[in-house]
Order: sequence, then structure tokens, then C-alpha cells
Amino acid sequence: MILSCPMPKLDFDVITLGHGSGGILTHKLLEAGVFDLLRNPLLDTHHDGAMLTFGGPVAFTTDSYVITPVFFPGGNIGELAVNGTVNDLAMCGAIPRYLSLSFILEEGLTMTEFWQVLVSIKEAAERAGVQVVTGDTKVVERGKGDKLFINTSGLGEVHPRAAISSRRVQPGDKIIVSGPVATHGIAIMSVREGLAFDTTLESDTAPLNHTVRALLDEFGSGIHLLRDPTRGGVATVLNEIARDTKTGVDIRQAAIPVLDEVMGACELLGLDPLYVANEGVFLALVAAEVADRFVGMLQSLPYGESAAIIGEVVAAHPGQVVLTSRIGGRRVVNMLVGEQLPRIC
Amino acid sequence: MKHLTEYRSVELVEQYVAELHRTATRPWTLMEVCGGQTHSLVKNGLLNLLPPSITMVHGPGCPVCVTPLNLIDKAVYLAEERGVMLCSFGDMIRVPGSQKSLLDAKAAGADVRILYSPLEAVRLARENPHRDVVFFAVGFETTAPANALSVLQARQLGLKNYSILASHVLVPPAMEAVMQDADTNIQSFLAAGHVCAIMGLDEYLPLVRRYGLPIVVTGFEPVDLLQGILMAVRQLERGEARLENQYVRVVRPEGNPEARRIIGQVFETVDREWRGIGTIPGSGWAVRPELADFDADKKFAVTIAKAPECPDCIAGLVLKGIKKPHECSQFGRACTPERPLGAPMVSSEGACAAYYHFASVETQDVASLQISKL
Repeated sequence: MILSCPMPKLDFDVITLGHGSGGILTHKLLEAGVFDLLRNPLLDTHHDGAMLTFGGPVAFTTDSYVITPVFFPGGNIGELAVNGTVNDLAMCGAIPRYLSLSFILEEGLTMTEFWQVLVSIKEAAERAGVQVVTGDTKVVERGKGDKLFINTSGLGEVHPRAAISSRRVQPGDKIIVSGPVATHGIAIMSVREGLAFDTTLESDTAPLNHTVRALLDEFGSGIHLLRDPTRGGVATVLNEIARDTKTGVDIRQAAIPVLDEVMGACELLGLDPLYVANEGVFLALVAAEVADRFVGMLQSLPYGESAAIIGEVVAAHPGQVVLTSRIGGRRVVNMLVGEQLPRIC
Repeated sequence: MKHLTEYRSVELVEQYVAELHRTATRPWTLMEVCGGQTHSLVKNGLLNLLPPSITMVHGPGCPVCVTPLNLIDKAVYLAEERGVMLCSFGDMIRVPGSQKSLLDAKAAGADVRILYSPLEAVRLARENPHRDVVFFAVGFETTAPANALSVLQARQLGLKNYSILASHVLVPPAMEAVMQDADTNIQSFLAAGHVCAIMGLDEYLPLVRRYGLPIVVTGFEPVDLLQGILMAVRQLERGEARLENQYVRVVRPEGNPEARRIIGQVFETVDREWRGIGTIPGSGWAVRPELADFDADKKFAVTIAKAPECPDCIAGLVLKGIKKPHECSQFGRACTPERPLGAPMVSSEGACAAYYHFASVETQDVASLQISKL
């Protein structure tokens, strides 16, 4: 792999407990790598925190990333930590501006791996148009962490036309998914121990904020709710929406986009793509009258080519998600219990 | 989705449903033996499409559901007390033993791993020569060839640290047990296509003759299932009792002789206890005595006192098709997939879990149960 930013010359190859001491080694690590790579005026002050100014309402979110493996087809934990938090802000109807970046590194992590993660953080932040303005690094003993964990918190300005709230969801709203589901989860599973299978699938991790901003510019309060169906997948988020809003959700299996290869892997592993994680897909609940135009515009935007209306909000069966199967049978789609486990036969 | 799309075609489904409505003139009760078929029937909402005169009863064909409590306790013991690397198919690890499940043991620090193939476990044994690796080999005839192959492979590699905790169960004796139950009202069986792909068709002929009922070897997709049901109902309507094969694209009459040869090298037929049902003669496979080194049960000489089953769980009646899952007083109340009282609520192949997860909108009181939990 060729890195766009070559690693600086260092007198250490692996992370040791000393790098978390706050002393010379910590400084060497930060000065040599992190600060230079992520340069911006706010970070350059090297203060305990960043002093920020906002003119209006602000959205604030935090997320921790503990993915195994750290490097996966289509990305690594670094860009996931940027995109994930950027997308959470976008789902609030906000324009992401600033991130914090906290590392928990495991003793023995190689600098090469750490550098790869840092570079992908830098590139993802540039793509999303956000700045890393404050952060922290800790080191834990070997065996106490899985290479590295990352926490990112994010701040963004709420879009002036946004009115995102589950209270605005009402029967008649159309449910739209921005792209094929389950791709990230299956790509990750394809490289997990005991599951490894050959596939060209890659994670769909992506920053969705530019796409969402363009939609907010156009449709404003016509967008009632945005959700990011990461862990637990589409089924889990739709169940949360049905419960929170005391409405029913009807979806059509045939309308839900799933890549053929993902569907094949799900068949093989006995998993339901509705419950598999996504990282570059969002769900939008929009007023019925704008739904077709919304999908049309979304299909012309990055990461929205396969967008589709997959169902609607209904007054019947409040609190429940009901799926009409490809062959016309109807069944309830429940919350996932525990981890999705593969079936035997 | 090559070769699957056509078996999920809406047009074909509609044709078969219409044909079933025309064909069924009287009430008929059919049992689909295999949990995979139960799962597919419920997940695709097929049960609501059938004529009301046709009752589908869900059989004991969920290998996870029928694995004895005592064996799960043994697996937990091996992982916790003997420090083995305990490898298992996924849905086995959530099944509650008498004290805990393998998942609980994993959370408490035991080395429990979810694998998709026993050959992965052999690889782990090779890579970890100082650890004992045990594969929890459960399943019907379908998973037996791979489990047998893992033993042969370990023997060929000269591995001393690989063994299997085997609990294989066989379909025809279970069908026999269902028919011998005084309360049974089964008039026809859909036999499990994947099992027949290994075993062939011949072993079902005695059942057809002895009980005078139609048996249709059936696949798992919506069109397969509807076609299988239609073939069975046509026979019933004509008063026939024949063995038919709906799943011709997968099942050859002779099955897979090579797979059976491998099975025969490693396993021998034994009486087997079925959870919720009891001991069924000649209904299981155990590791042959000459391969005792690869039989975790013998290798570790585990004896664990048998714990009683949960008295409130009617799994046995459900597995024999005498009761439907939602006819259990605990269903969806004290017994849910989060807190299962019995195995059929754990595995997605289990009838109770299938009913819970894929509650049909029109027929289920689960819906109201779940809303009351909001």
C-alpha cells in the first residue's frame, strides 16, 4: 500500500506504554505524526481544548470505534471514525465542522499501522470538510486493547432549513434508503476469523454530509427524519422509529436494494440483510408529496445512485414494522436479539 | 442470485397458491420436518397464503433444538473447566444449558469460537498445538460429511489435540417417532431436501409403506415449498401414498454415495436422546470406537449429572407437532429469544423463534404481546 503522506523518520517502530505517559515519548509521537498530519489553526494551539464560535444551533455527537479487524476491505478504523461521526451529525440535519479525536492504543501497535490509520483520518476529514481540533492519546498494556480504539466527538451547525425530529413523523411519510444495504457488515465478516470467504466486496463507509446538505438545501422541512442504520441495520432503526413515534412502518422486501454478492453471502451465512450493519447508507422519512423528487435528486448525488422508496409510515399496527415479502406474504420485522448468529443448515 | 430468483418468482407463487386452493377440497395436516423449511415458510409469509383447509405442522428438524441439555452442559464444562478451545456453529452457542449457554461461558472468559466449518477448527488445532480444540459437531445428516471429514483430516495430519463433541441426529427415525405418537394427526410429510441430497430417497420408502402416507422430498425456497405441498395434497386428495421428489435439481435418488462413505468411516448408528422428545432408537450417529481419540466425550471422559428440563417449556409437544408455538402459555411472555426457556426459541430454525421473529400480521397475538412491551 502506498501512503499519500510518507511516514516521518522515527526512532521507534512500535507503540510502547511510554507513548501514553505524557512525557517525551508522547510528545515525539504527536509532534512527529498527529499534529503535522492534521494541521489547522485550532489544533495548532496545542491547548487542552479548542475555543469555538457558533452563530446558531449546534448539533453534538460522540461515537467510539472498536472494529475488528482494524483494516478491512474498503477502509480502516480511521476513516470509519471520521465518517461515522460526520454521518451522525448529518442525520441531525447539521453541517459537520469540528471533530475531537481520541486514541486508545495497545502496546505493540506498529507505527506503520498507526500511520496508515492517521493518514486515512486526514483524508476522510478532508473529504468531509471537517477539522480535527482537539484530541487525546492513551496507551494500554498489550492484551488490554485490540490494536487501537478511537473515539470521535463532532460538532456541527444545524442547517437553517432543517427540521429533523421524530415528532414530525406521520402516517403517509415515505421511507427512503439511500443505497444498497448490508454491504459494510458483509465486507467485515468476509475477513473475520472463522468466516473468511473470498469476495470483492468492500465496506460502503462514506461521508454522507454533502449529500444530505444538498437535500436539505432543496427540501428543507419536507425531510422529517434522517437515520443512519449502522449497528443492527435497517430493521433495528425502523423498529426504533416505529416505537418512538407510535406509528406503524410498512416496507416492501422487493424494493430494498441489496447487492447480488451481499445477498449471496447472506444466503450462505444465514443472515438477514435487514439486520446487517451499514456505514454509508441513510434512511430518510420524507413528506409524501416530495418523495419522488427527493429520490430523483438523491440518485444524482454521490452515494445515492441506488436510492429507493422502500415503504411508508402508516397509522395501522403502531410500534411495529411489517414487511411484505417478495411473494406477497406479510410478517412482522422484530428488533434483533443479541448478535446475528449464522444458522447451521 | 442465479438459480434462486426463479424459485422466488411472484408469478409462480401465485400460480401454485391458486392451484392449491383449487386442489384442496378437505382439511389436510402436513408436517414439514426441517427447521429450515419452517423458517422459510414463516419468513416469507407463506402460511397466510395457503388455503385455510391446509395445516402445516412444524417438525423436529432443528438440530440445535434437539441437542440434549446434558451435551450443552458438557460443552460448557469443556470450555470452562478443561480450558479447551470450544468451536461451534453459530446458533448453538446461545442455547441455554442447565446453568448457562456457551455464550455465557464466553462472556465469563472461556475460549468459545463461532466457526462456519469444522475444517476451520482443524486449522486452529494445527496452529495451536498446545491447545485442545473441540468442535461441537451437531446437526442432521447434512452437516455430518464435513464433521466426519474434519476427523479424517485431523487423523491424516497426526493431530493429537483435535476432537469433536458429536451429537448427530437422523431424520427418518424422528419421522417414525412422530408417527408412533398416539396424539399425532400428520397425514403427509415434506422431507428435508438437503438431508436427502446426502442420503438419497430409499430410506423413506418403508415409512411410506408402513404408515400409508405421501412423503415429498422438498426444497427450501417459496416455490419449492408450495410445489411440495401441492404434490402432497394431490396425493392425499387421490388417496395415494407415494414417495415423490420435488427437489430434483439438488436431490439424486441415490444421494451422495461419496459423502455417505466418509460418514461411514467416522460414525456409527446409535440410539440418541432428543431434547424435548426423549431417546429414539437408532436415531443418531456417534464417533466409531476405533476413533475414540477424536471423540471429545471419550477423550475427556466427561460425566455430568443430567439436569431436569424447565417444567414450563412444552418444547417436546412443539417438536412433535402436537402444539403450535403460540399455544404455549409461556410463549412471548416468560419465553422470548432474549430469555429462552427452551431450545426452539433460540435457533432461527426453531419453530418458536420463527413464530416469534416472523409473526404473521393477521394471525399472531404476538403482535399485541410485543406492543404491550413497548
